[in-house]
Amino acid sequence: MQSEVKKVLSGDVRTVARLIRDIDDKVPEVREVLKALYPYTGKAYVIGVTGAPGVGKSTLVDQMVAHLRKEGKTVGVLAVDPTSPFSGGAILGDRIRMQRHSLDDGVFIRSLATRGHFGGLTQSTRSAIDVLDAMGKDYIIVETVGVGQDEVDVVRSAQTTIILVIPGMGDDIQAIKAGILEVGDIFVVNKADREGSDKTVHELKLMLDMSQEKYEEGRWKPPVLKMEAVFDRGVKELLEEIEKHRMYLAEKSGGTSFRKTRERIREELSEMVKNRIIEEVFEKLIQSGEFEKAVNSIRAGETDPYTACEDLVIPKLNLAEEHGRKR
Amino acid sequence: MKDRKLRVMVAKPGLDGHDRGARVIARAFRDAGFEVVYTGLHQTPEEIVQAAIQEDVDMIGLSSLAGAHIYLFRRVVELLREKGIDDIVVCGGGIIPEEDIPKLKKIGIREIFTPGTKLEDIVQWVKENVKPRIEGVKCKVK
Repeated sequence: MQSEVKKVLSGDVRTVARLIRDIDDKVPEVREVLKALYPYTGKAYVIGVTGAPGVGKSTLVDQMVAHLRKEGKTVGVLAVDPTSPFSGGAILGDRIRMQRHSLDDGVFIRSLATRGHFGGLTQSTRSAIDVLDAMGKDYIIVETVGVGQDEVDVVRSAQTTIILVIPGMGDDIQAIKAGILEVGDIFVVNKADREGSDKTVHELKLMLDMSQEKYEEGRWKPPVLKMEAVFDRGVKELLEEIEKHRMYLAEKSGGTSFRKTRERIREELSEMVKNRIIEEVFEKLIQSGEFEKAVNSIRAGETDPYTACEDLVIPKLNLAEEHGRKR
Repeated sequence: MKDRKLRVMVAKPGLDGHDRGARVIARAFRDAGFEVVYTGLHQTPEEIVQAAIQEDVDMIGLSSLAGAHIYLFRRVVELLREKGIDDIVVCGGGIIPEEDIPKLKKIGIREIFTPGTKLEDIVQWVKENVKPRIEGVKCKVK
């Protein structure tokens, strides 16, 4: 294990690539490597890019990488695309927009498939960020799957979350709904050469102005930028805003690294515990065939789903005694 | 551990700009349950190999309809060898003359699929000939 950890720390691309695969495939031994890498994490700055399908996320990420490279920063990219709910397969096409960076040693790009995880990222993303962080990347850009309204995972993993929209995607009521628009640190109206971009900017600003509690004195007020990512217009301005947000966060936290704030640790640990319970309980029920057996008895009318659920879960969790008491 | 998912790359090397076939293949692989990384058009062999390493794929499928397959396919295999990679299967498809197929196989291209091959036959071949890496990154403590 020692040597694998060393290889990651020295930036060995093949080891990092394989490790991320192992994380995705839930190879149990990978946990030991992640434990050993944890002390080396927390240095990279993580930027999340999210928005509906087709708004230009991959194109923007490509341009951001180009700008950051000009400044001599190294960059890791994690790009998420959806897994088919029918076949379990996926087409990972985010790289198409970023291939010009593939020969650059300062850039590591990895496509990930959601594999049934909802929320815009994959279950493996948090750990994959850790690996790229330990590998020494200065910036890690996480591109979510094309999201709708409620996929806010990325906020928990990124210091700065960028929400990308394009003109003409709905009226001003869409902008005041709860969900994704509440979580952006920077808003970008891409494809700003299209009709209606000023109106979209205006509506977003109005929406932000209405959130008074959230944006009180001294709090970060999310800017709304116009952009034509494909022509590299507005990307530099976005990076300047990211830098401002970074300084704002540094000041607010008084130097505590983002990873180590109480809030983030709590989020991270709770995700991890939930995933582990699913792995240890649910997946074992599937493997042992107990789950299918329960499905059959419900079909045959021998039991109901509520009882079947109790019968499956309670023995697994050693809750029998407590449960008995409640009854 | 659950079964590993097969990861494959579909790539278009060279200046050939026709990727309908590559897309149809990518789609068939998706429907077979594979994770398919598609690189887009006009890739150099260097870019393809680097992407394949970063993506940790089990197979690279090269598509060529413009006649430069011998040079381009060979270069991909050479680069993999130079980097000491022996566990990524390379296969190809497209407009490839019969007489070139033995040459390509000799270079190290495992199989060539020409027009008229059924999608299910290609998928079946991949399932039989490409196995996801079993072993994890070595990480036994001590």
